[in-house]
Amino acid sequence: MALLTVRNLHARVAGKDILKGIDLEVAPGEVHAIMGPNGSGKSTLASVLAGRDGYEVTQGEVLFDGKPLLELSPEARAAAGVFLAFQYPVEIPGVGNIHFLRTALNAQRRSKGLEELDAMDFLQLAKEKSKLVQLDAAFMNRSVNEGFSGGEKKRNEIFQMAVLEPRLAILDETDSGLDIDALRTVAGGVNALRSPERGMVLITHYQRLLDYIVPDKVHVIAAGRIVRSGGRELALELEEKGYGWLGLDGGKKTTAEARR
Amino acid sequence: MSTETLQELTRRPYAAGFVTQVESDTFPPGLDEDVIRQISAKKGEPEFLLDWRLKAFRHWKTMKEPTWQAVTYAPIDYQAIRYYSAPKQKPVKASLDEVDPEILRTYEKLGIPLHEQKLLQNVAVDAVFDSVSVATTFKDKLAKAGVIFCSFSEAVREHPELVKKYLGTVVPYSDNYFAALNSAVFSDGSFVYIPKGVRCPMELSTYFRINAAETGQFERTLIVAEEGSYVSYLEGCTAPQRDTNQLHAAVVELVALDNATIKYSTVQNWYPGDAEGRGGIFNFVTKRGIAHRAAKISWTQVETGSAITWKYPSVILKGDDSVGEFYSVALTNNMQQADTGTKMVHIGKNSRSTIVSKGISAGRGQNTYRGLVKVLKSAENARNYTQCDSLLLGDKCGAHTVPYIEVKNASAQVEHEASTSKIGEDQLFYCRQRGISQEDAVSMIVNGFCRQVFKELPMEFAVEAQKLLGVSLEGSVG
Repeated sequence: MALLTVRNLHARVAGKDILKGIDLEVAPGEVHAIMGPNGSGKSTLASVLAGRDGYEVTQGEVLFDGKPLLELSPEARAAAGVFLAFQYPVEIPGVGNIHFLRTALNAQRRSKGLEELDAMDFLQLAKEKSKLVQLDAAFMNRSVNEGFSGGEKKRNEIFQMAVLEPRLAILDETDSGLDIDALRTVAGGVNALRSPERGMVLITHYQRLLDYIVPDKVHVIAAGRIVRSGGRELALELEEKGYGWLGLDGGKKTTAEARR
Repeated sequence: MSTETLQELTRRPYAAGFVTQVESDTFPPGLDEDVIRQISAKKGEPEFLLDWRLKAFRHWKTMKEPTWQAVTYAPIDYQAIRYYSAPKQKPVKASLDEVDPEILRTYEKLGIPLHEQKLLQNVAVDAVFDSVSVATTFKDKLAKAGVIFCSFSEAVREHPELVKKYLGTVVPYSDNYFAALNSAVFSDGSFVYIPKGVRCPMELSTYFRINAAETGQFERTLIVAEEGSYVSYLEGCTAPQRDTNQLHAAVVELVALDNATIKYSTVQNWYPGDAEGRGGIFNFVTKRGIAHRAAKISWTQVETGSAITWKYPSVILKGDDSVGEFYSVALTNNMQQADTGTKMVHIGKNSRSTIVSKGISAGRGQNTYRGLVKVLKSAENARNYTQCDSLLLGDKCGAHTVPYIEVKNASAQVEHEASTSKIGEDQLFYCRQRGISQEDAVSMIVNGFCRQVFKELPMEFAVEAQKLLGVSLEGSVG
């Protein structure tokens, strides 16, 4: 059974229709890349799946593990195993990174009826997972994302994913703003987290990320619809020919349409 | 979601709003010189104190209630207030066994057991119930160190020379309208004296409880730290839930002599009134300390209660190399109004002050930071750093910052930073996406915002303050 099933999904933001009929199926173990020009609806799809406020679903449905996802609160979706790596990770001044993550993990564990991890056990776990993305201890005691560089923020997202062990990870432009070294580190972390039980959706503008994280399927989204799906070669073709090749006019119109 | 949910979340239940049934000795409402004489007589005060009270009263009658603060309230009828209320019992308690068990239960319900074996190991408590102090714990242990910690009335009886020497030296009775009123009618409070070179062996704490209806509470606290001594003092306050407003006008005076340190922390949780603004305490308080050479006075306050908060814990940096600090969290929710801040008056050379103020506004609450940094001509190389941050929850509340800076010496360095932010939808969503409930997320974000201040509180109280803030915002009481 598919892990994630999106059927004919329509959604609007601030009165504007952004998603106009998305169909997508992700099986456990699969990595799907969603590409598209700016404003095509990529990040909107991520936000709708995670349950961000202000996104109104007007048609269609989403099943996670065969159960309706859209009626759940964001925290319930997280507990069910949906993780979103943010395009712009949020700063929370005064809240320690480790405290934040332990609170999150224990909230998820509680909702699954599992025992909470105490501070010592958690620290052990965090230490181990932090190696995946080469975060040092000092970094973990700083406030959540506060004063982090762009690369540190993205590494922190992957670190959180490693600790929370979601069943579906949606990575929203995780590659944006990264230099090549940081990109390698982040991609290394993501690859280490690939598993037969876990599905991943990579949202990206550029095919560069896909050199490091090789997807099983690639979809091109434009003006709120998936206009082309294929294997990895589709991404390479896009890279070579640009979005114009698919009869999309460079994303200009759609950008204007989607920008709030 | 957002605004409405936040408002939902910030509906605060008040856990300390119960009333204790005790027989009281209460004056009829009204204020004149006879009332003051009666208060003084009840306490068997020496002549000098009665004279001082009467002078204060006569001065008060010539004064007008201040109107500059950014709060609005119905006029206070000073003749409708009862100026004295004390639980009926023996005036001097030989031991806790003689304290009315109902009162002991009250403090236990508030989480302040007065039996020493149950107490926090290193905290001595003075419990003030309405107008009088009902118990002080760990007195013997403190006495061994030479520390005097007792009710103000007892200090007047046992140590009149100290009271006479220091009373009104930091906050004179003519200081302001509410200080003058307090000086005329104050009934009790705490007194602390730390001898030269002594580091007070435990935290000292006073727990104020207003119980009787229609009474005002006018307590007075005086702390004297002799040369090279150290004391950390904490006060907590609660009151029953009532439909009418009650006046609390306290005065706190701190004297830190050369090289002494006084750390004064407040967790104020007076009844804030209901969601429509009915009832609640009017909290008009004057707190000030004087720091002599190389002395340090540090105020930390967490203000979550009261319908109106009007207080400016201040430091007169009289001595060279003296240090003043003010760390504040003020939360206003529903119809609460707070106008609070500090005054740092630099007189001594190389005097330094730090101000960190965190205002949180929710519901229709209005929160004003009002502060003065004054550097006199004599204060060569004075330094001040001020940081004022405001956090808004919802769109019907307000945050205001009114800093005054007066510098008369060109070598001074004065810095002021201010920020105002709304609790972010983005922050909330980020937390919730990781699995944290909305309530816990709000609480976590607000606590993070206050961390700089909470870390100044003694450990046990930091935990209490965090919980209090959590309860105040979560809308569900455990």
